[in-house]
Amino acid sequence: MGLKIIVLAKQVPDTRNVGKDAMKEDGTVNRAALPAIFNPEDLNALEQALQLKDRYEGSTVTLLTMGPPRAADIIREGLFRGADGGYLLTDRVFAGADTLATSYALSMAIRKIGKFDLIISGRQAIDGDTAQVGPQVAEKLGLSQITYAEEIRSAENGKICVKRRLEHGIEVVEGKLPILVTVNGSAPSCRPRNAKLLQRYKYAKTASEKQAAAESQTPVFGNRGVEIAEWSAAYVDADPQQCGLSGSPTKVKKIENIVFQAKESKTFDDSDAQIEGLIVELINNHTIG
Amino acid sequence: MNNIFVYLEIENGKVEDVSLELLTKGRSLANRLSCRLEAVAAGANLDAVGQQVFPYGADVLHVFDDSRLEPYTSLPHTQILVKLFRDEKPQIALMGATSIGRDLGPRVSSALFSGLTADCTALEIGDHEEKKEGKTYKDLLYQIRPAFGGNIVATIVNPDNRPQMATVREGVMKKEIYRVDYKGETVKHKVSDYVSDEDFAVSIIERHIEQSKINIKSSPIIVAGGYGMGSKEGFELCHQLASVIGAEVGASRAAVDAGFAEHERQIGQTGVTVRPKLYIACGISGQIQHVAGMQDSSLIISINSDPAAPINSIADYVITGEVETVIPKMIKYYRKNSK
Repeated sequence: MGLKIIVLAKQVPDTRNVGKDAMKEDGTVNRAALPAIFNPEDLNALEQALQLKDRYEGSTVTLLTMGPPRAADIIREGLFRGADGGYLLTDRVFAGADTLATSYALSMAIRKIGKFDLIISGRQAIDGDTAQVGPQVAEKLGLSQITYAEEIRSAENGKICVKRRLEHGIEVVEGKLPILVTVNGSAPSCRPRNAKLLQRYKYAKTASEKQAAAESQTPVFGNRGVEIAEWSAAYVDADPQQCGLSGSPTKVKKIENIVFQAKESKTFDDSDAQIEGLIVELINNHTIG
Repeated sequence: MNNIFVYLEIENGKVEDVSLELLTKGRSLANRLSCRLEAVAAGANLDAVGQQVFPYGADVLHVFDDSRLEPYTSLPHTQILVKLFRDEKPQIALMGATSIGRDLGPRVSSALFSGLTADCTALEIGDHEEKKEGKTYKDLLYQIRPAFGGNIVATIVNPDNRPQMATVREGVMKKEIYRVDYKGETVKHKVSDYVSDEDFAVSIIERHIEQSKINIKSSPIIVAGGYGMGSKEGFELCHQLASVIGAEVGASRAAVDAGFAEHERQIGQTGVTVRPKLYIACGISGQIQHVAGMQDSSLIISINSDPAAPINSIADYVITGEVETVIPKMIKYYRKNSK
């Protein structure tokens, strides 16, 4: 019996390249202004899923992501890396969601997907670093959880064995399926399984992308592309009150670009005389030596 | 009712520093709000916990003693906090931003539909106005944290939902005895009222926890390298300088992400917070999330080729130059002049 695996993935702004227009006035992130990437630890999660798929015949890996329409890129990338299918959860009512509203929407989509054995996600996303969505989804679905996973050693006979990487060591734990696992960045990175898939899935499109292409008369390459399912809040029976800003108990009160309190600092260049002077000063006032 | 709760992390009967730091912060918030500070201990052999936490100002200690509760697993500890919080209705709940607190906090917040802010670097009390609804909230918890990869600082509030939950990393708050003879009350709870056998769904079959060999937190001198060190080989210069002057090596997040240094060396909001006597920042630009973890260093030296690097504005000494030039010279002149 193969495993039915759902991988939760997020498209994140590449926070290493943040400009001035990165934030909107309401304190939420202006995603449109930033390069968007597959959240790194979600790739570690996908890799764990694909390894299980290789090991247990008949297994399937399905991606689920929530985001704006362009987050379909995440599904495309997941497909050519070896996932079997994917769902894009996209709707204006999801905008401004905090972790709790996000986990509510994801949990409703997972209920819509139906039966599964295992949900795997990255430990945290680089734009928020909260590590909250995984455990919150697990709680909403009444599932047990294993966080900080570095290696899923086995998942068979209704049981899962996982090695966890903690601050000061490791733990090997055993749980019962179904369960939710969050994967650490120390787990193996994800490599595409088959380069041929790249061509095929490059043309995978959501319904609205196909429509936009038809309107602008861009060729869609016929049936070469797979269709990516695009789900709205209503389609997954999500209560709009529990989505987006209105479903978020946390509010951003303010955002500050911090200007450091400038200290009176002594400046040096890289000449021998200046550096020796500094070192001698530090030795003489017993800071070092 | 309406008190401040701190979840205690306990290993072999000893309360972890991060929890004592949160008690210290919790005590000052409780004084500000004129409410009580309550601590929650769930684990095994907890007899000595009271004497450890009362001096930090805890008014009440809730004890859940059961051998199955240690080591920590997610569901039993979640069930305890969820029911306890439903009964006691705390206004604020704090826990460490550790692998335990970050596993437990989100589950509890999801079950109670309460807001949770991760990795706070400051907690304050203040008022909040929701302009659209024309409502004013008195004495909310300001949960302050760098956000968005550490480029900005956000203040988060939870206007309507309780408890207001936050996690804080070890070393961020100061640990301080409140009164040596402070006495609180111990309340022992019956674990079976809170946890069912089915909650022990995950079992630990192997566990190796060791004290990390890298101890940057207590080192009086730190040489920290950033992305500007260029490569793993280039980063080696930080180790050389550190070994010559007797320092520990730290790293910025960018350096850790690039694979120049181990994760345990990461200094900043999502790493370790340090307060050394001397901090030498080599090729570190100084994102807020890094500065949050080292700004209380007594003396800061910045070595950077960019004279406008943000970190220079908080440095006491700024050396403008390439790290590959400056660090070898520092080593050379330290060797020449040290007595």
